[in-house]
Amino acid sequence: MRTISNVVCPFCGSLCDDIEVDVEDNRIVKVRRGCAISVTKFTKYNEERIYKPRINGKEVSLEEAIDEAVKILANAKYPALYGWSSTSTEAINIGVEIAELIGGVMDNTASVCHGPTIIGEQDAGISTCTLGQVKNRADLIIYWGCNPVHAHPRHMARYSAASKGRFIKGRKERKVIVVDVRKTHTAKTADIFIQVKPNSDYELLTALRWAVKNGELEQEEISGIPAEKIEELADMLISCRFGALFFGLGLTMSAGKARNIEAAVALVRELNNYTKFVMMPMRGHFNVTGANEVMAWATGFPFAVDFSRGYPFYNPGDTTFVDVLTRGDCDAALIVASDPVSGFPAEAIRNLAKIPVITLDHHETLTTTISKVVIPTTVVGIETEGSAYRMDAVPLRLKKLVEPPPGIPSDEEVLKMILKKLKERVK
Amino acid sequence: MIKVILITGRSLDQGISKELGKFSKEYMEKVAICELDPEDLKTLGVSPGQNVKVKTKYGEVIIKAIESTQAPHKGIAFIPYGPWASILMPPATESTGMPSLKGVEATIEPATDEEILDPKKLIKMIVGREP
Repeated sequence: MRTISNVVCPFCGSLCDDIEVDVEDNRIVKVRRGCAISVTKFTKYNEERIYKPRINGKEVSLEEAIDEAVKILANAKYPALYGWSSTSTEAINIGVEIAELIGGVMDNTASVCHGPTIIGEQDAGISTCTLGQVKNRADLIIYWGCNPVHAHPRHMARYSAASKGRFIKGRKERKVIVVDVRKTHTAKTADIFIQVKPNSDYELLTALRWAVKNGELEQEEISGIPAEKIEELADMLISCRFGALFFGLGLTMSAGKARNIEAAVALVRELNNYTKFVMMPMRGHFNVTGANEVMAWATGFPFAVDFSRGYPFYNPGDTTFVDVLTRGDCDAALIVASDPVSGFPAEAIRNLAKIPVITLDHHETLTTTISKVVIPTTVVGIETEGSAYRMDAVPLRLKKLVEPPPGIPSDEEVLKMILKKLKERVK
Repeated sequence: MIKVILITGRSLDQGISKELGKFSKEYMEKVAICELDPEDLKTLGVSPGQNVKVKTKYGEVIIKAIESTQAPHKGIAFIPYGPWASILMPPATESTGMPSLKGVEATIEPATDEEILDPKKLIKMIVGREP
């Protein structure tokens, strides 16, 4: 048995890098320090595993599957390449090259999670920092429309509310505020809970900014919250020495979407006239930030990049995968490490099921069941090393802990094979 | 029948059970559910564990009602991310790429005798053919 330390967990955007695993006979037998999701991922990643490539449900060789994938992508007029948030930065990079070569539209899962955050940030800028700064310095934390107890189980202990920093020693030295539509398990740990009405975060953010700037509010109640409470909250925010606003899909998925983020940016900007204040999205999949980073360096745009004009074109709402599918525009799709059939609206799924889909994944998903070509790949961070970006855009190296099943390549290797053959065809 | 605002989201159980497999018993148990405020359950006349029909302008689905441990949130129903939640959601993204997965109007009614579809049956219902 061997013990591997400083393992980075490939589940959520927190990328906890202090995990320790015991490996015996090429199996992970013990996981220390991981959250419940992390332990499940490390020990159960072989559940519903795919071992053989398939075309139309029939097992084929890897070469036959690659040839079929190349044929589909080369013949498509407007192929879409989607997923990318649960694979390595290196694999995403090859994906961009394929998209450019075949004139496809490449989007990542940010478009159905923090895509509106990116749009809001592009419009209004962002005051942010690394998680290390929050841990060492933040004496006030807001969680707005996010529930880290469920979605990022170790975030509060490692980086935010309860983390033990150099200057701020722990939970007792911090004020914690939660804004949500439900009294979530995160809210139950807060000093102050603000229960905002659904679809009215924009109004509350704007009122709070007004209260920070001008003191008193004219209305008696905004978004279900009494004016006095908003004014008290504003005083508290101004009085902190270093505040951090963590926000989740409560802002990006409800009414206002990107405009909610602009309102949050404006609030944080206003607060910086009085104190130090930063904000950060709680990113979901372990390398969704990496997908945005790679696409931004390579194309200038972090998601929803359309190469069909011969140059990168970005227009969320038009070149985003849900919209491309709902309109029925794309005639083939390459899905890497993602399961859009589980999470997309019905109309988009219906149209995806009508076109040839190539899926790269290590296990069965709803998307593999409608795919023409399925190519099994290794699990990044368990069977393959690679880099990933934490939610604060700090890159970390994921380790190889065990050998993959014989004959199963990584996403990066499969994508390189596809790219090589596509280049030969294009010549 | 009650009117609610529907929100979808991550839950710890959803995160764990999706790692056990999208076709596992655990995934269906933890994701094909609707968390309701205790008062809303009472108004509906439904006991935790009984099935309900959730309906929006965009679709309807049978899932299991459970009593929320993150209450109070009277008038708000929570369904974890997954195929049962997605088919209730609007495809329009309002120029962002993001469908409105939170804050959608819905109705809930008791459906104690109706069956919860497993993921393969759900796909068949959506795309009109065997997966």
